[in-house]
Amino acid sequence: MRISFSSSLLSLFLVLNLSLFLAATSSAFQSDELLLDDEEFGIEGGRSPDPASTIRPTYTPPSTRKRAFESGSDPDSKLQFTLEHAFGDSEFSPAGTFSARLKTSSHGGQTLTKLRFSRNVFSETERENFKRLLEGDDFYRIRLPSNVLSPPGREYIISSVKARCLPREALDEHFVIHMEGVNVLAVNYGSPGSCQYPRQLKLPTKWSFKSHTVLKNSEQAPRTPVFTDEVVGENGEGEELKPPERSFWAKYWMYLIPLGLIVMNAVTQAMNMAEEQPNAQPGSQTQAAVAARGQATAVRRR
Amino acid sequence: MNMAIRAFLLLLLFFASSNPAYSLYEDQVGLMDWHQQYIGKVKHAVFHTQKAARKRVIVSTEENVVASLDLRHGEIFWRHVLGPNDVIDQIDVALGKYVITLSSGGSVLRAWNLPDGQMVWESTLIGSTPSKPLLLIPTNLKVDKDNLIFVYGNGFIHAVASIDGEVIWKKELASEGIDVQQLIYPDGSEIIYAVGLLGFSRFDAYQLNVKSGELLKHNNMLFPAGFSGDLSVVTDDTAVALDSTGKILVVIRFQDGKISFHQTHVSQLIEDISGAAVILPSKIPGMFTLKIDASVIFIEVINESKLKVVHKIGHANAVSDALSLPEDQQAVALIQHGDGKILLTVKLGNDWTSNLIEETIQMDRQRGLVHKVFINSYVRTDRSNGFRVLIVMEDHSLLLLQQGEIVWSREDGLASVIDVKASELSVEKDGVSVAKVEHSLFEWLKGHLLKLKGTLMIATPDDVVAIQKIRLQSSEKGKMTRDHNGFRKLLIVLTRAGKLFALHTGDGRIVWSRLLNSLRKSETCENPRGISLHQWQDPHHHALDENPSVLVFGRCGYNSDSAGVLSIVDTYTGEERNHIGPLHSIAHIIPLPFTDSMEQRLHLLVDANRHAHLYPRTAEALGIFQRELGNIFWYAAETDKGILRGYGVQKNCVLEVADDFCFDTRDLWSIVFPSESEKIAATATRSLNEVVHTQAKVTADQEVMYKYISKNLLFLATVAPKAIGPIGSVTPDESSLVVYVIDTVTGRILHRMTHHGSQGPVKAVVSENWIVYHYFNLRAHRYEMSVIEIYDQARAENKDVLKLVLGTHNLTSPITAYSRPEVFTKSQSYFFAHSVKTMAVTLTAKGITSKQVLLGTIGDQVLALDKRFLDPRRTVNPTQAEKEEGIIPLTDSLPIIPQSYVTHALKVEGLRGIATIPAKLESTTLVFAYGVDLFFTRLAPSRTYDSLTEDFSYALLLITIVALIVAIFVTWVWSEKKELQEKWR
Repeated sequence: MRISFSSSLLSLFLVLNLSLFLAATSSAFQSDELLLDDEEFGIEGGRSPDPASTIRPTYTPPSTRKRAFESGSDPDSKLQFTLEHAFGDSEFSPAGTFSARLKTSSHGGQTLTKLRFSRNVFSETERENFKRLLEGDDFYRIRLPSNVLSPPGREYIISSVKARCLPREALDEHFVIHMEGVNVLAVNYGSPGSCQYPRQLKLPTKWSFKSHTVLKNSEQAPRTPVFTDEVVGENGEGEELKPPERSFWAKYWMYLIPLGLIVMNAVTQAMNMAEEQPNAQPGSQTQAAVAARGQATAVRRR
Repeated sequence: MNMAIRAFLLLLLFFASSNPAYSLYEDQVGLMDWHQQYIGKVKHAVFHTQKAARKRVIVSTEENVVASLDLRHGEIFWRHVLGPNDVIDQIDVALGKYVITLSSGGSVLRAWNLPDGQMVWESTLIGSTPSKPLLLIPTNLKVDKDNLIFVYGNGFIHAVASIDGEVIWKKELASEGIDVQQLIYPDGSEIIYAVGLLGFSRFDAYQLNVKSGELLKHNNMLFPAGFSGDLSVVTDDTAVALDSTGKILVVIRFQDGKISFHQTHVSQLIEDISGAAVILPSKIPGMFTLKIDASVIFIEVINESKLKVVHKIGHANAVSDALSLPEDQQAVALIQHGDGKILLTVKLGNDWTSNLIEETIQMDRQRGLVHKVFINSYVRTDRSNGFRVLIVMEDHSLLLLQQGEIVWSREDGLASVIDVKASELSVEKDGVSVAKVEHSLFEWLKGHLLKLKGTLMIATPDDVVAIQKIRLQSSEKGKMTRDHNGFRKLLIVLTRAGKLFALHTGDGRIVWSRLLNSLRKSETCENPRGISLHQWQDPHHHALDENPSVLVFGRCGYNSDSAGVLSIVDTYTGEERNHIGPLHSIAHIIPLPFTDSMEQRLHLLVDANRHAHLYPRTAEALGIFQRELGNIFWYAAETDKGILRGYGVQKNCVLEVADDFCFDTRDLWSIVFPSESEKIAATATRSLNEVVHTQAKVTADQEVMYKYISKNLLFLATVAPKAIGPIGSVTPDESSLVVYVIDTVTGRILHRMTHHGSQGPVKAVVSENWIVYHYFNLRAHRYEMSVIEIYDQARAENKDVLKLVLGTHNLTSPITAYSRPEVFTKSQSYFFAHSVKTMAVTLTAKGITSKQVLLGTIGDQVLALDKRFLDPRRTVNPTQAEKEEGIIPLTDSLPIIPQSYVTHALKVEGLRGIATIPAKLESTTLVFAYGVDLFFTRLAPSRTYDSLTEDFSYALLLITIVALIVAIFVTWVWSEKKELQEKWR
């Protein structure tokens, strides 16, 4: 009975999992379209939006774009910066282009919005290099400029991942780019989900990248709560919130149980006594009882 | 208002009832804590022995302490610790009752009352150009009934009234860029001289009126060859300097506005010298000291600039300043080193052929060389002059020598602790003599009877004293063996002098001390200094007979790229097993979580060229390391550049000399903080030996939250570059504080948060899955403390019991940092009234006991704050269930409960660090706070729930049991009797 119950539950769980999985995969195949959600950025004091809303998977066709659009007086100007990659200890070479819209807010701060990413397709040699990385369980490294307006800025931002974490169906990658204005602080690069350990050698079926990118700005720290007299008065209104009345049993069980035990004990003793009374010396017992009665009457008389 | 008061009272009641505040009763002080007071390495000493009932010596030290010591026993009469930036330049005694200190580069002058150390006055002397601070207190100069003090500092000469610190007059002397080197006041005259050099080629002499500060004369004379180094003033009108080559001595006479130079070649005075000479600072009238090669030469200036060599000694010796004796004589103390002893000679200033005193004193080799000598005289019983000298040793200890003996010694090296490690004591050997057991049994019984008396309140006052004595002198406390609860340990302490001390946790006594060979000055290592201590070998009680040992790291210079040194020291005996160096530089020290078969811990030292070197250098260690090579990562915060970099360890490095133990590293990730808006202010990581008891946290509503526990968490705080300065130097709009939680393997930023309008200094601790940090909120004008707790969402679905049963959970699967972590954080901030010098967290053996955050307050005390107050889930009105879970209603500030001061009434002056060591008893943690003072105690954050208190009355328990048994028997007999009577009736 129990087994069947648990197995049914298990199957239910499996179904649930499968559906979740399907949902996850289906969500990965979203359109390439830009989401016009740039109002989220910058206005609320840099509060980062829900990551889900900014994950824009881009299934990228090979694209050749010219670098660095001319930025005019237009407050919202377009810009591009390149992603470079390296295999193990090799030199860095271009791997793709990020394009974004630079938004200048009224108080002078500049933020990036509408980040898009286009990945270059692996060349034959790059594919070979990547295969070698997979075989040697080595690092696949990427880098970004630390300033998007004047690349490479102060220094390149480097991030790396064990190459064996990337292959799934295709090569799945996930960027979290931490920004501060036009500066790139850090990029967290890796697979979108978990990476198995120990890492198994697995070649991707498709040699193309599925890229997910997230832009992250700093969160505001929660304010220290400030209590004044009014606040206390307001919600207290002079009376402490009374805890819900507990049942009689919940309150006094610790007294009731011993009491019950004592009563039971007494009852069993009384029963025993009643059994013993007739056969153990009845005479003396009654005598004593009479004497006691006599005393009692004596007291009463007085 | 009424409501508020009521609410407040309720809250107070709640805290009072709910808070397991750690506090003691008066008679418990000193039971499990000890406190030691030190002063540091003495720089100056002034004796005050004339006409004083209590003979004392006033000292100033390198820890910026001014103290008055009892000359008979070396105890501290009084002591003041000036701030770390308030360096004492000079001290002296004025009017016979004030101690005058000049500090902060000649800009703060203070007078302290000599008998009790109260500050009498303080004056700030303002100037513009930093210069060598000078203090001159003439013995009998009265201007308008005021005794004057002359101070030269920051380019100005000040005349200050010694009675109230008022500045009578001041005069700028450094306007032309002259470096004034000496103030001279010839006794009884109206003129004060200030002599100095301009650009090492011109000699300048000023004459000033002492009453008005009026500049009477200013003479100067060029010396084309140029001077090198400082002037040495020999008499009131003669000074000596060396020329720029260091070969020619120049005697300068500046009498009545006339300056003349007389040159003498050093080689004319002394034959066979090779190196350049250096004039050593000394204060012997008519004489100066010259250091050439390895010897020190005393040269006398006799009539009109003739020079004469008086004495010659080896250079590792120490000389005191001259002490004037009655009958116009001078005495100088000289100390020479012998084998395990020192030779003290006192010579008469004008006659160096004979000695006033010649004494040989046995000296502990572990004290090293004599660094400083101060001489004082007294009148012997036979009316002749006797001498006592105060010597400062290489290990910073202070000793008083008199009549060929060490009268007292102070271990003042312990005022400058760099690092602390705890070491277990040896296991108790079996076989204790019966007599001892009997004796101790008797003592034990007696003690308990006394205690019983105390409990039953029938003890006489004498008994009470005896009880207190027994408590304090518990023989168990100071034993040299391990105890059952793990309270007795050795604290291995590394001091700035390069000396290692082992302190017993029971009573704080020094078990052994050792001046490390690797940290002593040598030709290959000019400025050695210790960096840190690490556990090297920690044998398990069953595994090895070998003693545990510690590894001491040091550096030969002040930069991180100077050569490194290391030694291995046995912690039971203090013997230096091995010392290596100088070798490659040491930029980072990474203790690895692996040990070899000898239980030696593997260490990775990263040098300035980012080569990683493996220690110990054995094939076995190499084998272990090679196996784990792919999983070893390290990071470095480049504070000046604002970059955080992560590295991985790769193959062997390519060097000219093949080295199997050297590994290359490579860049794996980097985080570049924008230089215009962020600057690294603080970093913190988890303690490596912290134990976490449970990964899950069960909330009141039966939900499970999984803690994100990673050994690779790094907390980093940055502030706006403008806000690096002191609090108040920026407006709230200009300043912000950004905090990061970073995984150091992948460089992932797990959490990032901005506190607008806040600034440093930031102090932080990381423990389990939480971080507590302290900073200043400019908008609220208050200090704040924040907490961040990190929870793992990837494991959140594991709360299903069924899954646990079926084994589909992922709790036991290996974790890799390359998986994308699904974490969420909770955070909250509170106001906190104190500024904080240092922060630590309690550690217990199994991590079950709740935690306390230990704060080193600005008042040099240690405050224990329950972690429960820093819980981000606190709300204004917690539900009943939450209250039961132990959540405290939210308040805007953290309470400071007076009983929770760990240091109770004591102060740990100059507090610098707090070390916590878990005891074997789970409820208890050992706390060692160090600064100029040392303090040790035991803490039980959740009270000692797992043991009876020490003053538990076993006798009372025994008596109760016996009494009960007797009562049982008596009542039994009674009832038997009664029954018998009943039956007979």
